[in-house]
Amino acid sequence: MLQRQNFYRRFCKESTMSINQHEIEHVAKLARLSLRDDEKQLFTGQMEAILAYVETLNELNTDDISPTSHAVPMENAFRPDCVTLSIGHDRALANAPDKNETYFRVPPVIE
Amino acid sequence: MELYEQTIHDLQGQLQARQVSSVEITTSFLNRIASTDPSINAFITVTKEQALADAAAADQRIATGDCAPLTGIPVALKDIFLTEGVRTTCASKMLDTFIAPYDATAWARMKSQGAVLLGKLNQDEFAMGSSCENSAFGPTRNPWNKEHIPGGSSGGSAAAIAAQQAVATLGTDTGGSIRQPASHCGCVGLKPTYGRVSRYGVIAYASSLDQVGPMTRDVTDAALLLEAIAGHDPKDSTSVDCPVPDYRAALKQGVKGLKIGLPKEYFIDGLDPDVQKAMDQAIAVYRQLGAEFVEVSLPHTNYAVATYYLIATAEASSNLARYEGVRFGHRAKESSGLIDLMMQSRSEGFGAEVKRRIMLGTYALSSGYYDAYYIKAQKVRTLIQRDFIDAFKSVDLLLTPVAPTPAFKIGEKTADPLQMYLSDIFTIPVNLAGICGISVPAGESYNGLPIGLQLLGRPFGEETILRAAFDFEQATDWHTKKATL
Repeated sequence: MLQRQNFYRRFCKESTMSINQHEIEHVAKLARLSLRDDEKQLFTGQMEAILAYVETLNELNTDDISPTSHAVPMENAFRPDCVTLSIGHDRALANAPDKNETYFRVPPVIE
Repeated sequence: MELYEQTIHDLQGQLQARQVSSVEITTSFLNRIASTDPSINAFITVTKEQALADAAAADQRIATGDCAPLTGIPVALKDIFLTEGVRTTCASKMLDTFIAPYDATAWARMKSQGAVLLGKLNQDEFAMGSSCENSAFGPTRNPWNKEHIPGGSSGGSAAAIAAQQAVATLGTDTGGSIRQPASHCGCVGLKPTYGRVSRYGVIAYASSLDQVGPMTRDVTDAALLLEAIAGHDPKDSTSVDCPVPDYRAALKQGVKGLKIGLPKEYFIDGLDPDVQKAMDQAIAVYRQLGAEFVEVSLPHTNYAVATYYLIATAEASSNLARYEGVRFGHRAKESSGLIDLMMQSRSEGFGAEVKRRIMLGTYALSSGYYDAYYIKAQKVRTLIQRDFIDAFKSVDLLLTPVAPTPAFKIGEKTADPLQMYLSDIFTIPVNLAGICGISVPAGESYNGLPIGLQLLGRPFGEETILRAAFDFEQATDWHTKKATL
């Protein structure tokens, strides 16, 4: 057990970055999540620890490095522009929580 | 030997010789699931009636002389694969009642060979986790010791093999989710090169890292199953159009003369002594088999976990935006308008780890932080990928541990997400670099938990790691050990 703790200690840094509950609420709104008070508190502490940890990336100078978005270098994958069968109304609506004939039904958007 | 203890290649021989029927094999597995799963919880859904009907159809097909490698073989899939007409939950309350409208390509290819689906397997919700504890359907237990986790996120896929509930399973691997549970449950788990297997119909977590792969009892079955699912798919624009080799033929080429690299950053003080011992013994076995070893360096290894948790969460926050309670998935009963409906539905439908990762990813992508976090991580990803490219200039493959410790106890790391994330330190760099890797049974801990060995290969170098894995398996008997339930 001690050995395990030593193994992980090398990765842990003192926190220099902090995130407050106000920022958590802002991010939750962007993510369309409505968090309970206990979740906000928990996530604030946990995200603070995770963000402090990812700060270690700043030890590396990456000024001349280009970002990698995909491991395999790839050109755009085009297909012929032609009409094919689509999934169809019935199957597309089969899992809808609420529907009306061939539409998804949602609460009023415009009063 | 019971039917449920056997491999695909054993059973296939007996099916072809008409010594046994697919209905008999399938029944053997369904009985095994019924007697063992109450204590393991590897399955979210068991598709009993459909399995028996498909087995009967496979028997008819075999009777006509048409027998593909998977015809009549009962398998199970991580519940992240869409299966037409079958509930597909991704272990989330969000998709509790979701019935997939079409098949994932990997499964469609197996199905066209006549494979029989036993059911859908437990996992961490939306593949986010390393222990199979983040499931809306309760944790899966490790068949070798039920107090311990089976690993994750494909924990059900590994536990089902160890508990002999399926001949073979499919998992997905975004940061180690096939290899780490395979290591913890004593089975073979292969993460193919990014682009080798289609991701079409696989519920997305982190699209630039996710890859589908086989989990099996032995290396021959892994080769056979990879051959069935690999190959270009026009429906996945990231699948690579590169011929699928005869992986089973490659197994016979042996490891003699291959140069194996030992990355010094993976063999460090504090590695669990049982894991260290298993690696030392494996290296000795390979020396005997005629492989040559050299030390190599992957200098950016220690930055991989931080890089991964920025890139993966950023992609996840975008991918999971599709769950809004309108088109499919959970919808909140009470809401005060459309935006509120989305917020309430998401908050009720997602579990804590999923919310945490969506939050982290949204933060990393948000205005003012995008360059500092997301772009920075993508740049470090380039450095990590270069480490591997450099290493593969001088070696054919790499040998490393899969995880720093054997399976930990259920509940041991749930309170501290960062500690949980760090348990993937040896598997995550592989996904960032997009290369292939395999976990093979290679030892056990003082208390009888399996330990896996990881072999890493160049992009599309599956043949090399499979032949090295096969030689090791033939020279040792770790893969023949079975959990007693």
